[in-house]
Amino acid sequence: MPKTPLFSPKDFYFCWLTNLIAMTKTMAKKETKEKYGKETYLKWYELMFLIRKFEEKAGALYIQQKIRGFCHLYIGQEAIVAGCEAVLTPEDKMITTYRDHAHPIGRGMHPKFIMAELFGKITGCSKGKGGSMHMFSKEFNFFGGHGIVGAHIPLGAGIAFADKYNGNKAVTLCFMGDGAVRQGAFHEALNMAMTWKLPVIFIIENNQYAMGTSVERTSNVTDLYKLGLAYDMPSFPVDGMKCEAVANAVEEAAARGRKGEGPTLLEIRTYRYKGHSMSDPAKYRTKEELKCYQEQDPINDVLAKIKDKKYASEKEIEAIEEKVKAMVEEAVQFAEQSPFPTIDELYKDVYSQPDYPYIMD
Amino acid sequence: MRVIQFREALREALNEEMRADKSVFLMGEEVAEYNGAYKVSQGMLEEFGEERVIDTPIAELGFAGIGVGAAMNGLRPIIEFMTFNFSLVAIDQVINSAAKVHSMSGGQFNCPIVFRGPTASAGQLGAQHSQAFENWFANTPGLKVVVPSTPYDAKGLLKASIRDNDPVIFMESEQMYGDKGEVPEGEYIIPIGVADIKRKGKDVTIVTFGKIVHVVLAACVELEKEGISVEVIDLRTVRPIDYDAIFESVKKTNRLVVVEEAWPLASISGEITYKVQKEAFDYLDAPVARVTSRDVPLPYAMNLINEALPNIERITKAVKGVLYK
Repeated sequence: MPKTPLFSPKDFYFCWLTNLIAMTKTMAKKETKEKYGKETYLKWYELMFLIRKFEEKAGALYIQQKIRGFCHLYIGQEAIVAGCEAVLTPEDKMITTYRDHAHPIGRGMHPKFIMAELFGKITGCSKGKGGSMHMFSKEFNFFGGHGIVGAHIPLGAGIAFADKYNGNKAVTLCFMGDGAVRQGAFHEALNMAMTWKLPVIFIIENNQYAMGTSVERTSNVTDLYKLGLAYDMPSFPVDGMKCEAVANAVEEAAARGRKGEGPTLLEIRTYRYKGHSMSDPAKYRTKEELKCYQEQDPINDVLAKIKDKKYASEKEIEAIEEKVKAMVEEAVQFAEQSPFPTIDELYKDVYSQPDYPYIMD
Repeated sequence: MRVIQFREALREALNEEMRADKSVFLMGEEVAEYNGAYKVSQGMLEEFGEERVIDTPIAELGFAGIGVGAAMNGLRPIIEFMTFNFSLVAIDQVINSAAKVHSMSGGQFNCPIVFRGPTASAGQLGAQHSQAFENWFANTPGLKVVVPSTPYDAKGLLKASIRDNDPVIFMESEQMYGDKGEVPEGEYIIPIGVADIKRKGKDVTIVTFGKIVHVVLAACVELEKEGISVEVIDLRTVRPIDYDAIFESVKKTNRLVVVEEAWPLASISGEITYKVQKEAFDYLDAPVARVTSRDVPLPYAMNLINEALPNIERITKAVKGVLYK
């Protein structure tokens, strides 16, 4: 670990500004001011505030050892899930990494099923068999949190393959971190998805650190969207601190997918406020760098717009916040009160075959 | 009865299942336009079209994972590895994805996929093309592992594997594709997990599977000349293993030799030996013997290969050993 950061906060800030300018040029010119109305902004605020409060609670419960194992929080990245959900249909599919608490909430799952999973309870969305890294919901078309970096990217292409094969109009959103793009699985999946025009959107949630290793330290190619250009794939950088930018980019990508034009690669630039996991004090970055991003906080951004446009009164905003806090409280109570799986669950759900002859000694 | 090649039996299974169920498709290197590296899928592109018989780039990790994702989303993929020697770059998708999604999702998603292709050695192909990985896959809960030895078994078991709702590893042999055997007209299924007695006998039981069944049967002919009667159990499936068939035979013969092409450490033969000493200890009149590949990478030179692989001489010696002859 270098004692001084490779880049000063100032460098990052300038890097960010440069990126924003590049994005403005790259993305189709869109009048975003009027595109999303009151309803969308209030939904965004509620969803992002819910994700933030849920994750803060999960972090606190992890410290209390109510939640064990590895636990990766989404704090700072909320605009990505929120932006995506504004333009998706329930039939669309999602698959992601182990940083997977927010995506099923975005899909519409009550957070109590995620909290129960974090507690290892039978009422959890994976029956207490998955844990923090393996949330799943067939009902909400959430194909899981996966624990091997990059390995789920071909799965995302495969989910899309099945929809294309069956003539469905659904698209698959395949999320990954910036670390995953250095894996072979990423490149193989991109190549085949583009060759076969699969309706998949590859979304790099570039929070700039693969665990503790910054993007700059892993390759000469640091504009990650450019990796898609090698496969002739439409590929764009997106401002991940702005719901509108995410929604616009995903909407265009989804339209391409639904029209049979194939995949898109989006590098959505974001920042995680917490460490890689609960056990990471994040000493590889400076406080100034963190502060720089917190000043562009996506939830504050949406809230400022709501206030600016008078979409809600202070009282109405407070009501949303109280509703969210009650949901998180309900989630914790539900998780606390739910039972652990019974021991006979050990031999269930390993095989679809109900009478599989396990070796029992 | 009609006699056809091993590859033709496999092709019949593929064709019948693809005709019956549109969710079944075949994907792999050279399966379509080239008609299969070993001509298993000959003519299938013409019948089913490029949507269902799909050539891939050389990217096993990628297309194995695409298969898993497609299986999670309702299809029944058959993923062909040109050989299981090439599956190691994709083994993460088999072990960490295919074998785990049902369990990790609390039973919400299943993975009805078949990974198939030849396993083990096939002549003087060198160390990297000559490995038997049946025990590697058999170690993993969530998978089923099928290793047929005859055209008849291959067809019935491949049909069962395609219809199975769990991921199945289906392991063939380059050296068996041209083998001919009796296969009846029409459809039939052989259930996964049921062993078959390939030869009846009373003095010694040999448990084996896959291509090595034929080496064992050849050894039995030699042993018969010396008045030794061997019962040969072909496991056909190494996960799950039909232990009852083994115990039943050992209780009759009281002597057991296990023969396989994998290396000795953590092999199927080690597992069977453990189970037999535990469940049939009082029936054994001699310690269990085994014949595996020698504990070395397979070299190129023919004389070294002959020494390294299970062969008639080593098998007959092991059988005589458990008879104290």
